[in-house]
Amino acid sequence: MKMLRFLPLVLVALIVAAMVWRLANPPDTDVASGMIGKPVPEFAATAALPGEPMLSSANLADGRPKLVNFFASWCVPCIGEAPVLAILKQQGVPIVGIAVRDRPADLRQFLSDNGNPFERIGSDPQSKLQLAFGSAGVPETFVVDGKGIIQSQHIGPIEPDDVPGLVQAVKDAK
Amino acid sequence: MKRLVLILALALASPAWGDSSLPPAYWANRQLPDARQEAKAQGLMEEIRCLVCQGQSIADSDAEIAGDMRDLVRRRIAAGEQPSAIRHWLIQRYGAWITFMPPSEPATWPLWLAPIALLVGGALIARARLKKRAAK
Repeated sequence: MKMLRFLPLVLVALIVAAMVWRLANPPDTDVASGMIGKPVPEFAATAALPGEPMLSSANLADGRPKLVNFFASWCVPCIGEAPVLAILKQQGVPIVGIAVRDRPADLRQFLSDNGNPFERIGSDPQSKLQLAFGSAGVPETFVVDGKGIIQSQHIGPIEPDDVPGLVQAVKDAK
Repeated sequence: MKRLVLILALALASPAWGDSSLPPAYWANRQLPDARQEAKAQGLMEEIRCLVCQGQSIADSDAEIAGDMRDLVRRRIAAGEQPSAIRHWLIQRYGAWITFMPPSEPATWPLWLAPIALLVGGALIARARLKKRAAK
């Protein structure tokens, strides 16, 4: 019974240990989309650059599997991702972009600085498309098959190591 | 001198480039003119989790995406949609994680039962102690 005296101390030690463990192993804060396996939400986005082609859900069901890349000119990791998108394009992967909360002038500057791998870029000034896709930030990339079904999601910038997997995923999406 | 340099450094530090330069969405920080609709929207916004500041509701968060989510909620409420339908739409996309009112399903039963179990346990301990005291 006397040992029971130390119970609070033991409890505190356990709580502190749990806190230290959580600090050392931060939780995964990625939010996965629930739209995987579902058709892309219906939308028609105005062209992010006036005069260029616009982007609608019909373009995502044109028979060719492709990548849908949510990006923005104000997003720093997107700069790092740009050369990797260029490699994917070189390997024959069609990529369409959705520019989140962007302005044509900023976007034009971003594309001339970092290259433009996109077939089409839709504008998403109020993050409506981003929310409709179940995406939680930029950059994020979805693999969409030829019928417009979302097959998978890549959260965060695409690294060179991710290229073979994504090329394969697009191939498999036929 | 050191302090001056520090203060200057703080004053000149640029914030992280995490935000766009577009203004907030129209309904992000504006109440709906219909008070009843606004109350409905407010109720829902207080229980929807912000995707960026994950401990905050979209009603509390200053993140841009939270503003865009408030805009979405207010627009849909104004169009006559029920909060439950909007909640369902968001749960479809982000999972039950998106709401601070998790639905009652097997995985969340302990969450709902814990307060009851603690109350019952506390009552039992209190009863035992009071009996002991009465016996003295």
